[in-house]
Amino acid sequence: MTDIDPDRTVDARGATCPGPLMDLIGEMRRADAGTVVELLSDAPQSLTDVPEWADEAGNDLLAVDEGDDHNAFYVEKS
Amino acid sequence: MTEHIVIVGGGTGGSVLANDLADRLDTELDAGEVAVTLINDGPEQVYKPVWLYVPFGKRDPDDGRRPLADLVDDAVDVRTDRVTDIDTDGQRLQLRDSMDDISYDHLVLATGSTLASEEIPGLAEGGHDYYSEDGATALREELLDFSEGHLVLSVIGSPHMCPAAPLEFVFMADDWFRERGLREDIEITYTYPVQRVHGNAHIAEWAAPLMDERQITTETFFNADSVDPDAQTVTSMEGAELDYDLLVTVPPHRGVDLIADAGLGDDGWVDVDRHTLEAEAATDVYALGDAAATGVPKAGSVAHYQAGVVGQRLASEVRGQIPTATYDGKTICFIETGMDAASFVEFDYENPPSPAPPSEKLHWAKLAYNESYWLTARGLV
Repeated sequence: MTDIDPDRTVDARGATCPGPLMDLIGEMRRADAGTVVELLSDAPQSLTDVPEWADEAGNDLLAVDEGDDHNAFYVEKS
Repeated sequence: MTEHIVIVGGGTGGSVLANDLADRLDTELDAGEVAVTLINDGPEQVYKPVWLYVPFGKRDPDDGRRPLADLVDDAVDVRTDRVTDIDTDGQRLQLRDSMDDISYDHLVLATGSTLASEEIPGLAEGGHDYYSEDGATALREELLDFSEGHLVLSVIGSPHMCPAAPLEFVFMADDWFRERGLREDIEITYTYPVQRVHGNAHIAEWAAPLMDERQITTETFFNADSVDPDAQTVTSMEGAELDYDLLVTVPPHRGVDLIADAGLGDDGWVDVDRHTLEAEAATDVYALGDAAATGVPKAGSVAHYQAGVVGQRLASEVRGQIPTATYDGKTICFIETGMDAASFVEFDYENPPSPAPPSEKLHWAKLAYNESYWLTARGLV
């Protein structure tokens, strides 16, 4: 478990791909640099989508907490 | 006592549901035990799929309009007004043009999608679209004058109405320019927000090779962040910049503010149980079509099938029975692959799409359905 304290949380549990990633992108679009966004997703593809997009966009994927029923991604806007 | 069912929104979902209820509850309506009211903010229904064909000169915006009064059963009270507030605790609605509130026993929100071009700096000035009547009409003039240069089709944000339409537009534009002998002088680029050319991986896998064959350049992981109308560039959140001569976009979409103001969901989409279509944050409230956050496409077929489910559930509730009808995610969609060929997909929550080989027959099937759509709106097909 990470001890990161996010500035915002996007709860995309229940949404199918690419919904969670688009929800994250939408939140990052509104965020200022340095903002840490937590994405909660139970879509398996988020495990690849989110790191790929964070890398492509130059944002920092600080941590991924893999849980039994969902995963939590912590992304900091560059 | 009369049970009052109120439907907000007179698009495909709202009108199909109103007619479904008029048929299903005809005895109760005749006896005055039930009343159904449909509230729409204009006197007409707008059938948006027509807009895809407007830029290519194949249809006129008027082809997509019909008076709601002609489409909806006389047993339904059709009101032209705009709901300005929903009180889900008191089960009342405020209206823009009426001093009197409306109370409801059952509420169905079919409030659809709106465009939010203002969220992207420069987009309203620099971009064109075919997701509105005005946009499609203006784009028709631009396309007729466009004989050389770089056409960029950029999908900005998701979800948006008719997820197939961006693919359809570039396939149709490619064909249209080829038929007119202009294609060699026109470059077409298609951008998409995620790492493939469509949100659905199966449709993306089918479409990507077709785009390669047609020399349609693709840019994925491209989330437009701003448009510079003077420099004619569009810049993405990912740091890429594209020059354009003609920018066509699928603008950001939102639901109506009414939904968020009522605490029913973010961005105007109602959080619902994706099987029962019941709102999660209030009782006696359903949502369907674009307004319902189910994760399936915002498409007319979805609204049509969901209306049947909500109609069955409401009829059960009115009769004191346990509602058992559920929505299984069923979606059907034609996908134009040119000016005279189309594919077809059908899928649901459990079964992914498998696009049919493009054919002229499917193209004509799509056009025939568009012509006969008004029978669907009237609850006949």
